[in-house]
Amino acid sequence: MTAITLPEILIVGAILFVLGLIAIFTRRNAIGILMGVELVLNSANLNFIGFARFQGLDLHAHVVVLFVILLAAIEAAVFLAICLAIFRNFRDIAADRLHDLRG
Amino acid sequence: MEQWLQYFLQIARGADWPIAATTVQQALGFFVGFLLFLTVLLVIRRVQGRNWVPDVVASLLIPLFVFLGVMSGVILGGIGALYVVYRTRILQQIGFLTWPRGAQYLLMGVLAFVLVLILISVLVLFFVWWERKIAGHIQNRYGPMETGAYGLLQTIADGLKLFVKEDIIPAGADPILFTLAPGIIIAAAFAAYAAIPFSEHLVVARMNIGLLWIVAMGSLVVIGILMAGWAQNNKWGLFGGMRSAAQVISYEIPGGLALLSALTLVGSLDLVDIARAQSGGRWLLWSSPFSVVAFIIYYIASLAETNRTPFDLPEAESELVAGYFTEYSGIRFSMFMLAEYANMFAVSALATIVFLGAWHGPWLPAPVWFVLKVFTLVFIMMLVRWTFPRFRVDQLMVFCWKFLIPLGFVCLFGNALWALWFG
Amino acid sequence: MVDIWLERVLFYSLAAITIGSALVVTFGRNLVRSAFALFFTLMGMAAIFIYLAADFVAIMQIFVYIGGILVLILFGIWLTHRIIDLDIRAGRVQLVPGVTLGLVLLLVLWMAIRSFALLDRVPAGYIATSRGIGRLLLTTYLLPFEIASVALLVALVGAIVIGRKEVER
Repeated sequence: MTAITLPEILIVGAILFVLGLIAIFTRRNAIGILMGVELVLNSANLNFIGFARFQGLDLHAHVVVLFVILLAAIEAAVFLAICLAIFRNFRDIAADRLHDLRG
Repeated sequence: MEQWLQYFLQIARGADWPIAATTVQQALGFFVGFLLFLTVLLVIRRVQGRNWVPDVVASLLIPLFVFLGVMSGVILGGIGALYVVYRTRILQQIGFLTWPRGAQYLLMGVLAFVLVLILISVLVLFFVWWERKIAGHIQNRYGPMETGAYGLLQTIADGLKLFVKEDIIPAGADPILFTLAPGIIIAAAFAAYAAIPFSEHLVVARMNIGLLWIVAMGSLVVIGILMAGWAQNNKWGLFGGMRSAAQVISYEIPGGLALLSALTLVGSLDLVDIARAQSGGRWLLWSSPFSVVAFIIYYIASLAETNRTPFDLPEAESELVAGYFTEYSGIRFSMFMLAEYANMFAVSALATIVFLGAWHGPWLPAPVWFVLKVFTLVFIMMLVRWTFPRFRVDQLMVFCWKFLIPLGFVCLFGNALWALWFG
Repeated sequence: MVDIWLERVLFYSLAAITIGSALVVTFGRNLVRSAFALFFTLMGMAAIFIYLAADFVAIMQIFVYIGGILVLILFGIWLTHRIIDLDIRAGRVQLVPGVTLGLVLLLVLWMAIRSFALLDRVPAGYIATSRGIGRLLLTTYLLPFEIASVALLVALVGAIVIGRKEVER
C-alpha cells in the first residue's frame, strides 16, 4: 500500500498539460508560446516516468524521456533562432501580428 | 576505549592507515604531486619575477597553523557533541530507532543540513581572510593585521559592516526577483555539498549519480546569475549577467568532458566508488597521460565556472562596475561572496575526489587529508587570481570553444582507448 | 501510517510548487517573471522525477532543460524586446475561449484517468538507473541515439545559419 498511486501523478501531468495548452492558445509573445510547449513536453515526460514506476515500463520509458528532453532542446534552439530572425526584420514577435508570410 | 570514541574513529577512517608510504606507487604519487605543485609555483614566480619564496611561505605557513587550529576546534567540537549525545541518552529517550523510516530521514536530513551550514560558514570565514592575506603577501605587504592577531577577525568585521548597511532595492527593480536571485545562487552552491564525501562514511547523501549532481548544481548557478542581472534594472548589470552566464555555460562543456574522460577509467558516477578506486596511491591523476591533461582542463574550467580570475570579467570593478551584482549592497552582496567561496570549495572538492585520490593518504585520518588536498587547490586558485591578468570576453570564448573543447574530446577519446587497452 | 502521511505531504508540496509555478507561467503578465516561474516548474518536475526513482532523468532535466533551454529562453526574451522599456507586458488573446477549452480537456482527461483499470503492481525498490539506461542506449536504442546526434548537429548548424546577421555587401 503505497502513499502515492498512479492516478495522482497522471492528474498532475494532466493539469500541467492543460496549463501548457492554455499558454499556447492565449500567449501573444512567441516565446510565451514556447514556454507553453515546454510545459506540454514536461507533462508527457511525467506521464512516462509515472508509468515506468508503477506499471513496469522500467528503463525503456526513461530512455524515451531522455529523447524527448533532447528533442525539446533542439526545437527550442531552432525556434529561438527563428524568433531572432523575425525580430530583426519585423521588430516585433507578437503572434497575431506575424501574418506577412501567410499565403 | 569508549564505545562512542570507537564509533567516531570508525567513521573517520577510510584512509590508508600505515604510518609511512608503503608502496612504491604511493611514494611515486606524492613525488609527482609535489612536482606538479612546484611547477605551478614556478610558473607563478616566472610571471611575478621576483623573490617569491618569503611571500608564498608566509601566506602558506601562517594560514596552515590557523587552519589546523580551526580544524582541531571543529573535530573537538564534534567529539564533544557525540559525547553529550552518548551521555544524556537523547536518542534512546526520543525512541529514535522506533520512528518510521520517513521521520528518521527527515531528522537526519535536518541535522545534516545544519552541519553543512556550519561547515560552509567556517570555511568561508577562513577563505575570505586567507585570500586577503595571500593577496597582501603577493603584493609585498602584510594584508589585514589590525583586527585581531594577524587580522583573523577581519572577516567578522567585514560581515558586521555589510550587515548594518542600508538595504536598498533600486527603483524599477523587480522586488521578488531581486530578493530571490542571491537565494538561488546560494541554494545551488550549498546543494552541491549534499554529494561531497569527506570520507567513506561521511557523506550527506550518497547518490549513485553524485558526480553529475555537483556539475548540475553549477548549471543552476547560471539561472541565479541571469536573475540577478535582470532584477537590478541596470543595463550594465544585465550585460554583466549575460556575459557571465555565457561564460559559465561555455566552460561547463570542457569541464564535463574532462570529468568524463577520468570516468572511463572508473566506470561509476558514484563519488564514493570513484574515491575507493584510487586507494593505495593509484590516483586517477597519473593513471594515464590523458588524465593529467584532463585535470588541467577541469581546473581551468572550474576557474571559469566560479568566475575567478583570469575569468572574472563579469565581476571586475574596472570593467563593468561589478557586473551582475552592481546594485546589490549589504547583506545581498555578502551572499554573493559567500556563494562564490562555497562554489570554489565545491569544485575543488570535485577535482580532488575525481583526480587527486579523495581521502587516501598515510597516517592522517581521512577527512583531514581530504580538506588538506582541497585547500591546496583553493590556494592555487587564489594564487592564480593575484598573479595573472584577466581575459577579454572574446579571448575567453575562443579559448573555450576552439582550444579546450577539442582538447577535451582528445582526452576523452584517448582515455577511453587507454581504458580498453590497459584496463 | 506516519510514513504514508509524510510521503503524501512531500509529494503534494512538490506538486503544489510545480503547478503554482505553471500557473504563473501561463497567466503571468510579466514575461520575464513567467520565464523564472518556468525555472521553478522545471525544478519541481526534477524533484518529482527523483521522488519517482528516476534519478538520471532528473539530473538530465536539470542539465538540459534548466541549464540549456531555460537560458536560451531568457536570452531570447532579452534580445527580442525593445530595450527602452524593460517592463515587458505580454498581451493575451482570446483568454476566455482558451481557458474554457482547457477546462473541458481537463475534465475529459480526468474521466479517462479514473476509468482505466490499473495493473496490480507494487513499485520496485530503488535501483540505480544510469547503468541500465546506458546499456539500453547502446543496444536497443542505438539507431535513435545516432539519429539524435545527427539531429543535434543539424539543429546547431541550422540555428546558427538562421540566426546570424546578414552580411551587408
